[in-house]
Amino acid sequence: MLRTILICILSIGIIGVGYWGYQEHKEKTAVLLQAENNYQRAFHDLTYDMSLLNDKMGSTLAMSSRDQLSPALTEVWRVTSEAHSNVGQLPLTLVPFNKTEEFLSNVSDFSYRVGVRDLDKKPLTDEEYGRLEELYKQSTDIQQDLRQVQNLVLKDNLRWMDVEMALATNDSQADNTIIDGLKTVEKRAGEYSETDFGPTNASSEEGNKNFSKLKGKEIDENEAKKVARSFLELDKNAKIDVTKNGNGANYKFYSLRIQEPGKEQETNMDITKKGGYPIWAIRHVDVDKQNISLNKAMNKAMKFLKDQRFESLVASDSAQYDNVGVFTFVEERQGVRIYPDAVKIKVSLGDGSIVGFSAADFLAAHHDREIPKPALTADEAKKKINENVLIQEERLAIIQNDLGEEVLCYEFLGTINKDTYRIFINAENGNEEEVKKMDNTEPIYNGV
Amino acid sequence: MIRFRKVRNILFVLFICQWVFIPTYSDKNVAKAFSNQVIQHGAVGNDVIELQSRLQYVGFYTGPIDGVFGWRTYWASRNFQYEFGMKVDGLVGPEMKRKLVAATKYHEGYVKEQIRKGRDFSHYGNVPLDQQTKKGSSGSKGGGQAGGGSTKGGTSKGSPNNAGQKGSSGANGNQSSPGGNQGTQQSATKTGNSNKPQAANVPDGYSQNDINLMANAVYGEARGEPYIGQVAVAAVIINRTESPSFPDTPAGVIFEPGAFTAVADGQIWLTPNATAKNAVLDALNGMDPTGNAEYYFNPDTATSAWIWSRPQIKKIGKHIFCR
Repeated sequence: MLRTILICILSIGIIGVGYWGYQEHKEKTAVLLQAENNYQRAFHDLTYDMSLLNDKMGSTLAMSSRDQLSPALTEVWRVTSEAHSNVGQLPLTLVPFNKTEEFLSNVSDFSYRVGVRDLDKKPLTDEEYGRLEELYKQSTDIQQDLRQVQNLVLKDNLRWMDVEMALATNDSQADNTIIDGLKTVEKRAGEYSETDFGPTNASSEEGNKNFSKLKGKEIDENEAKKVARSFLELDKNAKIDVTKNGNGANYKFYSLRIQEPGKEQETNMDITKKGGYPIWAIRHVDVDKQNISLNKAMNKAMKFLKDQRFESLVASDSAQYDNVGVFTFVEERQGVRIYPDAVKIKVSLGDGSIVGFSAADFLAAHHDREIPKPALTADEAKKKINENVLIQEERLAIIQNDLGEEVLCYEFLGTINKDTYRIFINAENGNEEEVKKMDNTEPIYNGV
Repeated sequence: MIRFRKVRNILFVLFICQWVFIPTYSDKNVAKAFSNQVIQHGAVGNDVIELQSRLQYVGFYTGPIDGVFGWRTYWASRNFQYEFGMKVDGLVGPEMKRKLVAATKYHEGYVKEQIRKGRDFSHYGNVPLDQQTKKGSSGSKGGGQAGGGSTKGGTSKGSPNNAGQKGSSGANGNQSSPGGNQGTQQSATKTGNSNKPQAANVPDGYSQNDINLMANAVYGEARGEPYIGQVAVAAVIINRTESPSFPDTPAGVIFEPGAFTAVADGQIWLTPNATAKNAVLDALNGMDPTGNAEYYFNPDTATSAWIWSRPQIKKIGKHIFCR
């Protein structure tokens, strides 16, 4: 009797566990399938976008009328951005797929720049036409390779989840059709990477973050320490560790780890080898309480800069985050603000000490400039502005425009109703170089 | 236009009345008004709340009283400076404070209570206070009930604009700046539960939610690292958004499949601490300890041989950063 009951209970238990396990399994499969479907969608979308891109680029080659070309190129631009977003959704981080993405980004830059240009005034040059042909050829190859992979994926019912697994476990035995296929695509994209896309392509390259404009001779580790001591006004007993940059860096620098006596957190700093300029410094302190005002902190930052011989900098932005103030200073020469030459400084509002410094932008952009005379007067420039804008402030400024060139502009700060705008009008030709809606404060959404 | 001018005249009579008839009251106010600091663009706190309330009292400021010195407060201050014959620089110093205190009232208790209760409210001088609060969240800059105040604000804000320009040539020396305040503020007043400001400064182009998301990623990836290592991880995320080979948004970069282990194993959903958030803010404000790195890995746990082939820039904490 007892045995029967026991058997009954056990078998009910087993059936229960079995049912639970089955449910779990079903759920897991459903989740996996959903993830898989997302990958599949992104991949098939990508191949579709690539084909579309190829078609659109092909048709732009045959277009002669300007009215047609502009919309067609903007269409190309739109498709590249979609393709780019689809690449970002594929589990590819460990498969090198950068070249393909760079290709997309090249096409996107090119089509944007030519597409938004007034082609009646500045028609497509022969050089640009050649570039377009080149990109078209490249897109044809990539498209075909991708179609090939897609065909295999569909025929053999390959799953992206398996790719992810294979990548995670580094299992070379696994079926690598997708990976191999994509590597071919990547290789193809790489073959063209030597192609010079010309100066219009500056932005997608490394930028000029290699600090090539720096002057001065190279310093050694001891000199770097000296720079740090005077820059951070270090205690004599502070211990400094210096390491050189690795081989992959764009420029040579020293990294310094500084342990000051009586301080818990170390201070870190990078200094360029050439010329010994501080690139950035971070001294991490927790500031519990605000003792000085943002304005006082700004004056301290300004004095600090003066002491460091950044004499022609003026404050262009200030903001308070909890108990620290962050300030942006830009170069000002002959009354012209030079926005690319920017230095950021973080000041503790507890004791007014400098807790952060970053001059990377300044070092990359700063050089001796000829500041041109504006061809337009301020009033002429003002006429180029949308008449709804109430202009409140104006000055001359140098900014970097879309093409990465430095241009002299009239800067206007103005308002439309509640919103503030910063508008840059080219002082040579009156082009509207940049219009930016300013917004730096945001309501706090808590417990809606 | 003529009507506007009339309203403006009335406004000035109002100012004068306050000077003439209630000097004792404003004297009493001085004692508890403003701290000594010079208030400037970007500042946050009680002084800013008072400044906004007082500017609103006389119709110069029509935005929400949220305790952050943004662009609207900046223009209101400059217009006030112009109307009262001061140097127009947008810096709220002793002279301006004195004139403000003399010309306006500040119902501190009322303002603080509204902020504490998270109400949508205004502080116009010519409307009874009990008509200036709204319980709903659909308010619009004290519109409706405080209509009188708004119109007035409109004129006195509108007319001195050319003035603003005139003054600025001499005055914009070290003030003015990117950053600012507008847009979404109508919903600024939800349920704040203290006297804290109702809004916050955010780095250009990012929202507080972006910052929180990135703080999550940084905390999940590098909570055991020194502060500098956390800034570095945040900087890599930002470098990736700027790189052509990666998605263009922080969320796109963070959730790119396989990009971050913390995302893959769910550690990203741990609650980040203040350090991680500060690190993200530093990185967003332009600190890049990595020298433009786009990858990093922990040499002790890295499984992929490929990652070792990347050109290495430097090592911070346990992570090697590469291009």
